[in-house]
Order: sequence, then C-alpha cells, then structure tokens
Amino acid sequence: MTTTERIERHHYDVVVIGAGGAGLRAAIEARLAGKRTAIISKSLFGKAHTVMAEGGAAAAMGNVNSNDNWMVHFRDTMRGGKFLNNYRMAELHAKEAPDRVWELETYGALFDRTKDGKISQRNFGGHEYPRLAHVGDRTGLELIRTLQQKIVSLQQEDKQEYGDYEARIKVFAETTITELLTDDDNRIAGAFGYYRETGQFVLFSAPAVVLATGGVGKSWKVTSNSWEYTGDGHALALRVGATLINMEFIQFHPTGMVWPPSVRGILVTESVRGDGGVLRNSEGKRFMFDYVPDVFRNQYAETEEEADRWYTDPDNNRRPPELLPRDEVARAINAEIKAGRGTPHGGVYLDIASRRSPEYILKRLPSMYHQFKELADVDITKQPMEIGPTCHYIMGGVEVDPDTGAAGGAIQGLFAAGEVSGGMHGSNRLGGNSLSDLLVFGKRAGEHAAKYASSLTSRPQVKPSDVDAAVETALAPLSRSGENPYAIWHDLQQVMQDLVGLIRRKSELEESLKQLADLKDRVAKVAATGGRRFNPGWHLALDLRNMLLVSECAAKAALTREESRGGHTREDYPTMDPAWRQVNLVCSLDAGSGEVVITRKPVPAMPPELLLLFDRAELAKYLTDEELADYDRALAEARLNKLDGSAAAKEATL
Amino acid sequence: MKRHFRVWRGDATGGRLEDFQVEVNEGEVVLDVIHRMQATQAPDLACRWNCKAGKCGSCSMEINGMPRLACMTRMSTFADGETVTITPLRTFPVIRDLVTDVSFNYEKAREMPAFAPPPNLRPGEYRMQQVDVERSQEFRKCIECFLCQNTCHVIRDHEENKRAFSGPRLFIRAAELDMHPLDARTDRKDFAQSAQGLGYCNITKCCTEVCPEHIKITDNAIIPMKERVVDNRYDPLVFLGRKIFRRRGLDEPAPPSPARQPAAVVPQTTTLDEQGRLPLSEFTFERPGAPSPYGEDVQFPLPADGISYHHPSEERPEIDQARD
Repeated sequence: MTTTERIERHHYDVVVIGAGGAGLRAAIEARLAGKRTAIISKSLFGKAHTVMAEGGAAAAMGNVNSNDNWMVHFRDTMRGGKFLNNYRMAELHAKEAPDRVWELETYGALFDRTKDGKISQRNFGGHEYPRLAHVGDRTGLELIRTLQQKIVSLQQEDKQEYGDYEARIKVFAETTITELLTDDDNRIAGAFGYYRETGQFVLFSAPAVVLATGGVGKSWKVTSNSWEYTGDGHALALRVGATLINMEFIQFHPTGMVWPPSVRGILVTESVRGDGGVLRNSEGKRFMFDYVPDVFRNQYAETEEEADRWYTDPDNNRRPPELLPRDEVARAINAEIKAGRGTPHGGVYLDIASRRSPEYILKRLPSMYHQFKELADVDITKQPMEIGPTCHYIMGGVEVDPDTGAAGGAIQGLFAAGEVSGGMHGSNRLGGNSLSDLLVFGKRAGEHAAKYASSLTSRPQVKPSDVDAAVETALAPLSRSGENPYAIWHDLQQVMQDLVGLIRRKSELEESLKQLADLKDRVAKVAATGGRRFNPGWHLALDLRNMLLVSECAAKAALTREESRGGHTREDYPTMDPAWRQVNLVCSLDAGSGEVVITRKPVPAMPPELLLLFDRAELAKYLTDEELADYDRALAEARLNKLDGSAAAKEATL
Repeated sequence: MKRHFRVWRGDATGGRLEDFQVEVNEGEVVLDVIHRMQATQAPDLACRWNCKAGKCGSCSMEINGMPRLACMTRMSTFADGETVTITPLRTFPVIRDLVTDVSFNYEKAREMPAFAPPPNLRPGEYRMQQVDVERSQEFRKCIECFLCQNTCHVIRDHEENKRAFSGPRLFIRAAELDMHPLDARTDRKDFAQSAQGLGYCNITKCCTEVCPEHIKITDNAIIPMKERVVDNRYDPLVFLGRKIFRRRGLDEPAPPSPARQPAAVVPQTTTLDEQGRLPLSEFTFERPGAPSPYGEDVQFPLPADGISYHHPSEERPEIDQARD
C-alpha cells in the first residue's frame, strides 16, 4: 500500500450496509445463521429513514377482514405495479409478510389491536381489504426500534457467551461506505469507507455484502427523503458490475406538505385518506371522482354517498377514489394545480377536519396532528391541510434474484434488500408494501448472504491497489480548490425536479442529460474546505458522485421508455403499452467510458397458476394478445382438470 | 431578512461562539438556518440531522440554552432582533461544533435486559387488549433525541453519576417493558432501582418538559416505577420475613440478566412517611418538584470519599490490556 495512513481493518463474514429496516432484518438473520456480522449506518443507530414510514406494514393476516389472504395481496401488488412487478418477488412478499410481522411481536413490538386482541389492520390505497399492521401513524418508528432492540438482545446473548457485546454483531454508526472492493474473480472482498466522526478510513474485509441503503430522493428538490438518500447502494452496485432495473419509476407521493417552504415535501401519511380524509380543490370540489382510470373503474365508488358508506360497510360499497394507487392520485393533484384550481401555496386541500371528530383525528393521526401543529401552525382537527406531490420512493434498484436477493450482473457475493433493490413493486409501490418488503427480503438477503459466505472455500482478498485508489478518491475534494458542493447539489436537484419530475417529456429528458453531463464535470472538480473531522461539506462532496450516477440512470431510462406507467408519466406517450409491459430497462456501467448503458430485458412471465388468479377482463387491460392467448390456454387446461381458475391456483400453490 | 446567530464551534479541545448574519425566510426553523450557514458561509459546520420532521431525533441541540430539536424550533418563536445562540448538548462530550458523542445512551440501552417473549406463545398467537398496550405505546413513541438525558441534572455537569445512572430515556424503556402485557420478566422495576439508578431521580420533571414527543416521563413512567419499588421494598411482611428468616433474596432483583453490570450502590432513602412510603406527591409540597429522596441535608456533588466509585479497570482489567 502506498498511502502513509494506517487504515483500520475489520474482518467480518457479512457486512450489511444500511441500518434501516431491511439492513437490520438482514443483519439479524445473518447473525442468527452464526455469521460475524457488521452493520454500517450513515447515521446514529435507529435514525434510519424507516422511522418516517407512517401508515403500516401490509400483511394479509386477515385479522380485520377474514376474506384477506396472500392471493388477494398478490393481486393488489401486481395491479398497483401495473403488472411490471417481478411476479416471484410479489408472490414471496404476499406469502411471507404475515410471518415477518408476527415475528416482530416476539421481538417486543406493540402494534395497535383489534377488539379480540389481534394485530389491528387499516385500509390503505390500492389494498382491497384492511391490511396494514400499524401503530398509530408511527409504524416505521416502531419497526426500527423493535429491530434495534432485537439486535441489542442478540448482543446481550453474545455478551453472556463470549463476554463481549460485539463478539458477533457490531454496529458501526456514522460510517459511510464509499467503495465496494472485489477480488480478481469479481467476487466481493470487502468495503471501504470512513468514520464521519473522525474522518478516519476503515476497511471491512468480508466475502458477502448486503446493500440496504434505501433510495435516491435527495437528488430531487421537493422530497420526503432525508439527507442519507443519496443512492449510495445503487451507485456502489453499479461500480462493481451489478445491474439496476426500473430506474425510471419514481414514486411521487401525492400528499407532501407544501407550506411553509422549510417543510415542503415532508410527508403527510396516506392514512389521513384511509381514515376519512378527502381531497378538494380551491373550488371545494372533491375532484378525485373525475380521475378514476378505466383499469380501476370497477373497484372505486362513483358517488360521494357510496364512497362515504364504504368506511363503515366495505363489503357492499366500493372504495373512495382518494384511495387509488399513489401514482394516480399524484397525477390528479398535479392536473388540478395546473388547471388553476390549486391553493394559494400551490397545492390542493386535504380535509379531514370537516369529516371526523377532533377526538377521532387525535387518536388515529397523532403524529400528523403534531407535525402540522408544530411545523405549520395548522390545527388539522379544525382546518384542511395544503398538500402536493413529493418525491418519495424509487421502485427501481439493484436487479436481484427474487429468492435470494443476490445481485445480478457480473458480481458474486453482493445482495440487496429494501428500497435499493428493484423489481418487487413494478412501476408503482402500494403504500404499506415497503415495510413488509424490507422485512421479507431483508430476512432473505441476510439468510442467503450467510449461506453464500459459508459456501466459499477461500476468502476473497482485497487488492491493495483498490484501497489506494479509494483513499485517493475520498481525499481528493479536500486537497482541491474548486466549487462548493452545496451549489452543485442545489443545481442537480433543480435539474431533476424540473426535467425528470412527475410528468416527463422527450425534449426535457434530453436536456436533463446534457445538464447532468455538465454537472459531472463540476462534480469532478468539487472541493471541500475544512478538515476530516465531521465535515458535512466533505461528506456531501463524496455523496454527489453517487447522486449524479443514479440521476443519470433515472433520466436515461425515462427517456428510453416510451409509454406512461405507474411512476413514469410521459406527456408525449400518455398511455400504457402492453408491449412495453414485457420490457425491463436494465442499467449498467460501461467500464471503459464510465457511462450508463441501458439494455432491454424481458419481464419474467407469470406461471399459469398465478396468472389464473386474475380475471381475463382485467388482464386484457395490461397484456398483449399473445399473452392473453396463453391465459386462455391455461384456463382451458385448468377447466379440463375440472377445476375453476382460482381453485387450480390454490391447488398448485398449496 | 438577515438575523444574528451565535453558533458554538470547536471540538473536545475547546471552542468559541462564532457570529453569523443569516437570511431567514417566513416559516423557517432553526435547522433551515443552519443549512443555509453550511451552504453559504461554513460548509464544514458539523450538525446532525435526518428527517427534518421531528421524527428521528437527530438534530438535538441547545437553542438559547433550551434543549430543543432544531427542526421543530420555528424562527417565529423568537422576538424580532433577538440573537439566537446555538450550542451543542452539554451533557455529552463534544465531537465537533454541534455534534456530541451520545454513545452513553447506547451503552446504557445495551445494559437494559431485552424484551423476554412469553415462552408458551408462538408468533401470531399474541393477544393483547388495546387499552393494555397503550401504556407501553406511549413510551415507545420515544424518538431517542436524548434531550431528556441532556437536561437531567443528575448527569448534566455530573460526569461521576453517569456510571450508576441510566437516565430518563432508559427509565421509560424499563417502564415500557414493565407494563408490556406479555413481557415474561417480572423484575423490571427492581432492575431500574438496583442497576439503573432510579433512586437518583428526584422528580424535578425537567425531562418531561423538554420531551418533543410530549411523553409524560415523570408522571407515567418514573413515579409509578418508584411507587412500586417502594411498595415492594418496604412491604412490612417482606421486611419481617427478611429480618426473621434472613431471606435476603425475597426482595432482591430476580436472577441477574445476561447483560447485567455490577449493581450500582444506590443511596438509601431516609424520608419515609408512617406507611413506609416516600412522600412523592408533588401536589402537597410547597415548591415545584419533589423533595430529595436522599433527605434535604445532602448536598451535591457528594464529596469524593463519600462515593463508592470503582474505576472500570479494577473490575475489567482485560479492557485496559486490550487497549494497549
């Protein structure tokens, strides 16, 4: 090694990057499999963005409506994602979510209860039955605290056995990974990063790495995401040869705060609508009835009377259109604002004050009450809220094997779970499916990372030259005199907000790529003043490179996909195209030029037993004629076996 | 409009208040102003933050001397022309600028025995009533901002008490588990008394006052825990049993948990009423806050020779060796 600095080294079996829900769940599983596990967290332990999740964790436990089961949940998830989802992930997710939620109770979680003492479940957009296990509107906090405390309890076991809390699982708080390291056979060998507190470098030698770094929202101006969401995992994966899919699909949550400016983008939970809140424009009109798309026409109420009856009698009435999937609601709000029917601060009204009693609102939405009272000086039991779309979640991410979470492309030993992985949610995620996603696939990624580590006969070795290069890259901004990272960041957010936002156009996307290229040159010359000890300017300078890379993926993929679907709306191609439904756009990094390359790959086709869970009439809205012919064949075959469609499915999957 | 701010900058070796003139817009909070300082004047100003919505508890600091979350402190709450002074949390060692080393809280959390699942129930079989879980849920609202820990005068400026005292954040954790309908352990309050230093707390309610989640730390967690500790410790039958049969174990904490540190020596209470209870009620007392459980004649800090303090290296020599 040529650097003069001595670099702290740690040896682990599994290194989990990210300490949100997915990361902690993966770490628990790896540790339970007997592996020495490190958890690397950019923030303090327990501060991850998962705490922001409000609504709940979707799991078909059937506690509130016994008609619910995994097949209904699977159907809802596929519908929500406009059938672009990886069917196997949606299937595993729907089947395993209840077990993962129940497991949390054994770790000490305290969910809200039904009258008979089971976990209560609430309604949410796109879910046919009340399905979200919740704790008021702070479910994410409960989840992260529960997993955090489970890790502590594992550490206590280790303390008893080995005399050291950190014998088998250790949390490296406020530590950022800047590079993944591989050996000559493209196997993961370790990870390199720095302690934020001291600025000292640290090298983890490990054969298996689980990425659980969350999303990319900080590249947009109006976002509900925290500073950590700089797309680290996406970029780390790309740079070691893994591939990303569905990067054009970004969820703009329909209800973010719009006023005051300092809280612009902060989330207002969907539960407000699930518990009776409605959207109105400046004329007082409940406008969502005008925006129910044909594909959802049969499932949503046509009159306010029917919609209002649904809250108390869901079996005999259809759902209010406020509970359409998020992409639909966000577009509707956008259209109302554009048509000049917005509020003074450029949003629309979300009104629960006129529809529910103050006691009910305080009981069901305590943290929303708190948030508006303290941040906007609005009493939501008396006044409507002003809300508008905010960048919230990226459906795209690391292309993974559905069963193991192993990353695709030319890399071994890399796993991904949670928001950083792609495929599960297709083109649009349903609310509540994220918390359950990170439990289900966090567990799977941890389990299979441990298995992979056990299967190796030799430990992949870190190449010293890679470490030298990583040190050089990390220190470069400190020794340059160049541009302030905050200025570049600000410009990047403006580009993504204006040109790669909720509604996209060809010309704007092309323009965005030009501007991103300019930004790339500026990022290469970014400078940070000050020293290495807890220096946010330096940290941002290093994060910029990742933000830029994922922004380029999103813009390129958005330009390539010439249709509108879920979290990707093209003004110049306003409808869904069944041919595009069969295509995933895969991003990879060209090793020579450092450019993002987009290739097309078929979406895996659903096997007959899952396909037959849907009505033909519904599938006809999404599938091509050839695919429908396959459906008819499968149905005929099922009938031949004297079983109807759904019975055949049950048979096949039991 | 530009306003005047004073921000503490420095590290463990020392520092000073620096003056800033910063633009402030309508509706902004202190954290917005700090971000503007970073973006325009001091890119390396160290400050923790995450969610910017009062949900993660990262941006704890002292604003005009009050422990606050910077993201929840609106600029409109200050008078026109008032200088806003921002300093790091005082109870924890400074790392740099507004960032402090809060590892004390994580260490104490690790000593707290975890939830013990009921042995006879499998996952999915848990049944609890809403009214029963709500008591613990109040404490699980905690966002771990550690403002209560920062403001608690038992450890604020009393480094020497940190070893024996876990602080309000961990008392509500103990209360939460104590009130958890299915937690299999029965020694939560004993643990709070013997290993967490609950006895040090003299209920001045400062923690409740600064809690951004409005958790009633003192009334709903600490006082009920103290009352039940007292019930048990001064139960006359238990007392007699202990005296006559020398059944020392009768009110001792349950078998030590795996994580248990050597129990701290807790000062014994002296002022008991005729029922053997601590006179805890603040309603009947002439001044705010309860009387000191150590008696009114004890002054803090205690003289050094009155404290049973053991340097950690005496008990765990392996640690010092490992560090060498």
